[in-house]
Amino acid sequence: MTETSLGAPSAVAMTFFFLFIAVTLGITWWAARQTKTTEQFYAAGRSIGPVQNGVALAGDYMSAASFLGISGLVSTTGFDGLIYSTGWLVGWPVVLFLIAEPLRNLGKYTFADVVAFRLRQTPVRIAAAVGTLATVAFYLIAQMVGAGGLIRLMFGIPYVWAIVIVGVVMIAYVLFGGMIATTWVQIVKAVLLLGGATLLALLVLSRFGMSPTGLFAEAASQQGDAVLAPGRLVSNPLDAISLGMALMFGTGGLPHILMRFYTVPDAKGARTSVFVATGLIGYFYLMTFVLGFGAMVLVGPEAIRSVDAGGNMAAPLLAEVLGGTPLLGFIAAVAFATILAVVAGLALSGAAALSHDLWVSVVRHGHSDPAEQLKVARVATIFLGVLAVTLGITFEGQNVAYMVSLAFAIAASANFPALILSIYWRRFTTVGAVASMVTGTVATLVLIYLSPTIQVDVLGHDSAWFPLRNPAMITIPLAFVVGVAVSLFAAESAAADGFTEMERRTHLGAVAD
Amino acid sequence: MTDDRHAQLRALAARQWRIALTLTGAMIAVYFGFILLIAYAKPLMGRLIVPGLSVGILLGAGVIVASWLLTLGYVWWANTRYDDELARLRE
Repeated sequence: MTETSLGAPSAVAMTFFFLFIAVTLGITWWAARQTKTTEQFYAAGRSIGPVQNGVALAGDYMSAASFLGISGLVSTTGFDGLIYSTGWLVGWPVVLFLIAEPLRNLGKYTFADVVAFRLRQTPVRIAAAVGTLATVAFYLIAQMVGAGGLIRLMFGIPYVWAIVIVGVVMIAYVLFGGMIATTWVQIVKAVLLLGGATLLALLVLSRFGMSPTGLFAEAASQQGDAVLAPGRLVSNPLDAISLGMALMFGTGGLPHILMRFYTVPDAKGARTSVFVATGLIGYFYLMTFVLGFGAMVLVGPEAIRSVDAGGNMAAPLLAEVLGGTPLLGFIAAVAFATILAVVAGLALSGAAALSHDLWVSVVRHGHSDPAEQLKVARVATIFLGVLAVTLGITFEGQNVAYMVSLAFAIAASANFPALILSIYWRRFTTVGAVASMVTGTVATLVLIYLSPTIQVDVLGHDSAWFPLRNPAMITIPLAFVVGVAVSLFAAESAAADGFTEMERRTHLGAVAD
Repeated sequence: MTDDRHAQLRALAARQWRIALTLTGAMIAVYFGFILLIAYAKPLMGRLIVPGLSVGILLGAGVIVASWLLTLGYVWWANTRYDDELARLRE
């Protein structure tokens, strides 16, 4: 393959792109008319069906990084890329077993509702909001910087304009349509992404007698058997385990994912939605096996690297080989839709932390009238949109991969341990929760700063003080130990007394008894 | 809630916790087992079962299938046993 129309704004790409924007803004207009209360704004009136929520969870979670990044990694490294395909899924069963149902039964809008259930509101809410906003900020940077680069590569739109378009459209969704619009944008995106990936995979497999092993065998005969075996990516096993821990336990600490469980009517709905989401996300990552090796065989690693050194354009290039400019345009528009759906979910969860956790609970001590709550949530949305655009422009050209792993590491260390301990451990205390969340956040940030990712890759030093690229292996156990030790050091009788009621609510929900 | 009901709820909570913990442990074993094999058994993972299919690729797909099966197992338990017990406690 010698030439690509990638980067030239094609009529097809623009048509799909404007069609998606028109449809989703139409949904937003429809959603805005039924977004009158905080419950509708944050939780879609708890009226989303379990299957719909499962699809929306998949749309909230599957980012452009996984679609473009993993297929690119597989197309250039082969088997090593598959380590990521599996890693991004294994957090979901954990969310189902330990978190989804208790969260729905105990909380209202944010995961801080659960941690603060029987603890003192103000300190817990502040610490949880810090963990939430840190996670959201790093995740937003990764998505925005990725979006800017992607859109420039695909449509030829200047970076800053791409970022501003994403920011403005995202604000429109969340500001006017709240969770209802965000949910449907995520559903449309999930259907487009899963449909697009399936179409590409079928087109690839049709060239190999519908046999995945036929495809892999062709890849091996072109590039050598080594592409089917582990290579250099896992040179340090501790690094791989640490990253794996961040992915496995970080999913259960991502505020924008946790927030979605409040949109279904009950705990059983939360259970069903994770089941659906796990099925769809697993299916999607299985597709990346075919897309990655398909791009390796049909486009070639050198051609992929020549367009983008990171390999991120493998899937779009594959689409062009298989279906010419029309299919390239469609896949480019799907990638754009993917980014919009994820940033909308992130902005909404950040707005909930700012308004529901900080403004209503901390500033107003729970006494804020609904109209004021809604107004604060909308101001917070605009603030986060502007912040996202600013961060996207500031961090232009940064390697975004570590930002995502950093977001997962913070979520896994700051949010996940406190959430688990608050649901399942009677003797957990306010001070223990705050200590756990603050330790998780600070330790993650400090260790990332001291790691080779920043010290060697970004600052250009010869070596780093801390050897692991992802600190989760240290910071997750540390947050648990600090939370337990501090709680044991000074008991809080009110918190222990509240556990009996909390346990009842965890299983039976608010309405029972 | 009567003492008797409360005891039943506590027993159910303990059972749910045991099952959740066991399944989480299984997921951890499956995924980190896969990672450890990649790290310490590279030749085994690269061995071809049939042309085009290495042990590593099969196990990678196996991790995804295992996630599905564990999820399915929990949902099956919860939809039958757990929900029944909850319904009885709510009566």
